This record gives sequence, structure tokens and C-alpha cells, in this order.
Amino acid sequence: MLRVNFILVLIVAVTAGLAATPALAEMPVEVLAAIKSEASGMPGFQGFSAERGEKFFKTKHNHNLSCSSCHTDNPAAQGKHSETDKVIKPLAPAANEERFTDMKKVAKWFKRNCNDVLDRECTPQEKGDVLTYLLTVHK
Amino acid sequence: MLINVNGFIRRYICVMLVSALASVMISEAYAHDGVEHEGQKYQASNPRWKEDCGACHIAYPPQMLPAESWRAIMAGLDKHFGSDASLDADAAKEITEFLEKNAGTKKHEVLAKPLLRITEGRWFKSEHREVAARDWKNPKVKSPANCGACHTTADRGDFSEDNVKIPR
Repeated sequence: MLRVNFILVLIVAVTAGLAATPALAEMPVEVLAAIKSEASGMPGFQGFSAERGEKFFKTKHNHNLSCSSCHTDNPAAQGKHSETDKVIKPLAPAANEERFTDMKKVAKWFKRNCNDVLDRECTPQEKGDVLTYLLTVHK
Repeated sequence: MLINVNGFIRRYICVMLVSALASVMISEAYAHDGVEHEGQKYQASNPRWKEDCGACHIAYPPQMLPAESWRAIMAGLDKHFGSDASLDADAAKEITEFLEKNAGTKKHEVLAKPLLRITEGRWFKSEHREVAARDWKNPKVKSPANCGACHTTADRGDFSEDNVKIPR
């Protein structure tokens, strides 16, 4: 009887543990593949470049802002919102496994941040270059 | 001697009357600002509100503004105090409903346009009247919108005075 109870408790504990694990809908490479299929439709597309992505990430565009204004020059480090000082968790997937695992969230933040920094949405080429760069960043 | 005592009592009564009047005036000011005061702890929560509104600043408690203010804010998220904070239609609808349902309900200031900044309301100014100018200017505070700089438990909706620590 004691043994049955123990097994029951174990089953409940394991199920609860599984339920508590955040569901990662996509992997960053899958998100990159989705951006790539979008970019492939653009004339002259020749693949993504981490080097170009890094330059784009660190260059000041409009309003004296760059991606690194908030995310810092090291995407594996914690950032800080340039206006409110709120802590921003690391952007590089190597340092934060939640990043680039939800296509909807990726689209939402690229739209907002590109509008703030460039006054326009980013092209699939730019997004793919940046994500390619972020995937090369180690902890 | 008797005259002196009488004078003292008169002065005492005067002081009492003035402070009673002042507290009535202060509570009147509070009552007209559309804000609920339940021990400065705000309980209402919604996961999408917490995540989306709390991404760039703390998720400000819905009780801090009246419903028409929240509607105006939610209708202009693409230009939200200088930032694009746009949401998809589903999230915007759910968050707007949550904010409206829990918005400040007391009679508030009648303004030509809805108040968009909590920090510009009479209630906020009155609550913070003792905060020195040098504290507002402290880089660790940065902006009056940065509740968490002094209200150490603001992210949990707890604004009680016991948990206030002004950075030096």
C-alpha cells in the first residue's frame, strides 16, 4: 500500500514538473529558417551574414539609437531600457534559452524596436543577419 | 495666569481646527482623482497585462488611471510616449478589458483630454509632495515613471510606505 502511494506521489510530482516547464514552441534555428524563407523571396538574396548583423546591431541609426543602446554591445549580457532603466534579459540564445523561441514574439519585438530605432520595419535580410549574429554569440 | 491658560487653549483649538481642515482638504483631493486606495496594495492581475505592459516598465496598476485614460493609451500604442509598443489585436483587446474592469472608479478630475500620465495626476503629486527635488533628479531614479526606484515592491503591486527606500 505504501509503495502504491509512493508511486502515485511520484506520478503527480513528475506531471506537475512537466506542466511547469515553459513550452518552447520553436527553436531559434527554426525561427531563422522562417525568416530565411521570407528573405528568399526578395530579389538578390544571397544568404545571411553574422558580420553584417553585428555591424547593424551596433550602428546608430535614427534618434542616435542602435540595438545596443538597450541590449548593450554584448548581447549575452543583461541590458537596460534606455528610457525607463528596466532590466532587459540577455538577447543571445546562448545566454537566455527563451529568446527566439516564439515566432509571434519575435515579430512583435522586431516591429516595435525597428520602428523606434530606424523609423521603419526591418527587412527580412536585416532580421536574418541580426539573428545569425546573435546565434554566434557565446556566453 | 488664568488669561495665559485661556490663551494657550485658544491657540491649541486653533491649531487643531486648522489641521482638521487640512486633512479634510487632503482627503477631498484624493477622492477626486479616480484612484482607489486600499492600503496601497493592488491585487488585480492578468498574465498578458503583466507580460506586455511590464516589458519596458513596471505594469502600472489599472487602478491608477480611470477607464477613459486606459482606452486612450491602448488606442495609441504605436506611438506610446515616443516608442512603438503595438500589440496584436487579441492581446490589445484582452488587456484593454482588464484595464477597464479594474480602472480607478472614484470621481476624478474633469479634463478636456483624458490624463495619460499617472505622474501628472493630482493624486500622484499629492502623494509625492514630500519627495525632494534632488531625489527626483537622482540618476538612480531617472524618471517619476520609474516606480521601482523607490517603491522596492512596486513590481508586486505593493506601494506601501514601509517598502519605500529612496536611493541616495
